[in-house]
Amino acid sequence: MPAAPIQMETDILVIGAGGAGLYAAIEAARQGEGQGEGQGEGLGEGQGAARVLLLDRSLIGRGGATVMAQMTVAAAVAPDDDWRRHLHDTLAAGRGLCDPRLAALLCREGPECILEMDRWRVGWAREGDGLRQVQAPGHDRPRCVYVDFLSTGPAVSRTLRTQAQRHKAIRRLGDVVVTDLVLQDGPEGRTVTGAVGFDMTTGAPLAIAAAATILATGGLTRLYRRNSASSNMGGDGYALALRAGAALLDMEFVQFFPIGHLAPRLVGMDPIMWDPFRYKLGGRLLNGAMEEFIDRYGAEDGGRYRATRDLATYAITREVAAGRGSPHGGAWLSFTHIPEAELRAAFGPVIDRLAGNGIDLTRDAVEVAPIAHYHMGGVRVDTDMETGVPGLLAAGEVVGGANGANRLSGNAITEALAFGRAAGRTAARRVAAGVAPRLDPAAAAAALALAGAGGPEPAAGAAPNMAALVARLQAAMSDHVGPFRTADGLARAAGALAAIRAEAGALPPGRPRPHDLARLDWFDLRQMLLVAETVVLAAAARTESRGAHQREDFPDTDPGWTLNQIVRLDGGALRLDRAPVLAEAA
Amino acid sequence: METARLLIRRGTAAEPPRHEAFEVPFEPGQSVLDALRRIRAEQDPTLAVRYACLNANACKECMMLLDGAVVYACTARLEPREMRLDPLPNKRLLRDLATVIAPPDERLE
Ligand SMILES: Cc1cc2nc3c(=O)[nH]c(=O)nc-3n(C[C@H](O)[C@H](O)[C@H](O)COP(=O)(O)OP(=O)(O)OC[C@H]3O[C@@H](n4cnc5c(N)ncnc54)[C@H](O)[C@@H]3O)c2cc1C
Ligand code: FES
Repeated sequence: MPAAPIQMETDILVIGAGGAGLYAAIEAARQGEGQGEGQGEGLGEGQGAARVLLLDRSLIGRGGATVMAQMTVAAAVAPDDDWRRHLHDTLAAGRGLCDPRLAALLCREGPECILEMDRWRVGWAREGDGLRQVQAPGHDRPRCVYVDFLSTGPAVSRTLRTQAQRHKAIRRLGDVVVTDLVLQDGPEGRTVTGAVGFDMTTGAPLAIAAAATILATGGLTRLYRRNSASSNMGGDGYALALRAGAALLDMEFVQFFPIGHLAPRLVGMDPIMWDPFRYKLGGRLLNGAMEEFIDRYGAEDGGRYRATRDLATYAITREVAAGRGSPHGGAWLSFTHIPEAELRAAFGPVIDRLAGNGIDLTRDAVEVAPIAHYHMGGVRVDTDMETGVPGLLAAGEVVGGANGANRLSGNAITEALAFGRAAGRTAARRVAAGVAPRLDPAAAAAALALAGAGGPEPAAGAAPNMAALVARLQAAMSDHVGPFRTADGLARAAGALAAIRAEAGALPPGRPRPHDLARLDWFDLRQMLLVAETVVLAAAARTESRGAHQREDFPDTDPGWTLNQIVRLDGGALRLDRAPVLAEAA
Repeated sequence: METARLLIRRGTAAEPPRHEAFEVPFEPGQSVLDALRRIRAEQDPTLAVRYACLNANACKECMMLLDGAVVYACTARLEPREMRLDPLPNKRLLRDLATVIAPPDERLE
């Protein structure tokens, strides 16, 4: 019994309910409410507020990276700080590739969002009259706010969700996976008029008409075997944008975090949790023979692990390749030389969570290795978060450009909040200008047919195991498109992706039914393959090393490559172009 | 090598309750969710289970019953014995271990 498609309509559709999507929804809703910040009761009744539909493939505020972030958020909120200093540091970290307009937006509007979050009682750690700020690498001063202990992300998510709940104009809806955007001709040319997807709880396909659609789907680190991401971060937004005719920028720049936890198996903790303790205490990085090795790669480590992220990643990867890795293929991180009282003071309650995992830091070293963590590249937008395709906006990690070739610590959540707010504002303006939802069913028909299509039955063994294919894609990306790349490896990755594409087939397995992960895997694979192909294409073309993109066959940074790379889908094929980096905003 | 035997409730609410057994190699330190994901990739991709964050215990989607007690599958440790897994009893069952857990005002119906 095929499920009938569900039809919905809204003014503003927000896809993804992390920091960017939640802020976008709130901003869009309040535009029509006269900026009201009334207390208690719901806002936006019967007034000019646009209707906002906030969708997520998981639970609202829980599905993405925002809720997982445990550390800090960068913003020039201190009286003696200035957003231009933050901008200076951001541009320097981006190694010449930042879009200076977007970086400026992040640094200029970030503080407003951080202070608004403070009024919403997010609970930033305080010091005296102000917010407590810590120093993170690459910043010229302590500029990072946080919520204790390791609670920044959950606090940000909870606060924004509570605010979103106060707006009657916002409808929140979980368990809906968006699979395609709808494109049709209109007065503005080819226009996005909504989206198609399916309801996970029943499997039923669904179409949503919207005057403006905001992609807030987060990053792509699920493309890698070892990542700090959630299972919702296969890069759906990049694929949705590409298919709708938008451009992607600098897709080769995937940030790896050097000391992601590797072993022993740690449960209930973010795998990048070691970093703050490294800042506080140092910590020795040792190879499989328990020797310090970082200084062999040109860094002065002095027994305290303080090397930069790219260098540490390089050194660990090299030691492992030379057969000097730790048992699970990484390096040892040891705090055993630090007195127990000092460990207690620095780790606080985290010591007990580690003990629950059988780790006693006074006695045991842990194994760490580079882990895919964030994506600098993404959908190309202007400072209004417009993609250039009418009706389509993007915000948050899915956007490319603000962080260039390398992201400064703490900039990602600021980016999500500031860009979400800007996108919400632009979308509300579009609706206020009179654009109404008008989805032509014919334009949605093909995507709806796919969302409801029946393919080979997985239970009968007629369909390949899609979860295994996802794992193969992750292996190919990790082995050949990790922090260090070669022409040969990238060609192998391209071959592996083509083989997986052929095996996955043209139709999702089974038919629509409740919570069918085999089907979901197929739809995920469809997006992951396209997105992985853009990363491989751009990485193969960039014959230099810069920031997060390191080519072993082109180890130097080439000033001639101070260029952005743009990927588009053109007649079904990916097309790569170069574009000059935009000049700094006046 | 030691194995863990997972006895998993299968099917939708409309079907009579049944349990299916899966064996996975036991590796110390692994979570129950690790084993469920391994079963999906190696034995039965149709197994339905909810999870998003895998490690961080942030999404709170992976709640289920382990031997009758509510746990997070991503923090419950796998053990080299028979472990019985059931969906949350007080939530509407979708399929296998997956239930409707979104707040009522964040659902479609
Ligand atoms: C473990 C970890 C720690 C981090 N720590 C920090 C830190 O300390 N400081 C910092 O600045 N940054 C940190 N980051 C990065 C930062 O958290 C992210 O870049 C940022 O939160 C991204 O926000 P977002 O709203 O763009 O995306 P997300 O928060 O990832 O939200 C995207 C949402 O979109 C949904 N979605 C995706 N595809 C679809 C689809 N097809 N249909 C429907 N919904 C969809 C997802 O389910 C998800 O809920 C960390 C990241 C991780 C993973
Ligand atoms: S998988 Fe997210 S809490 Fe268990």
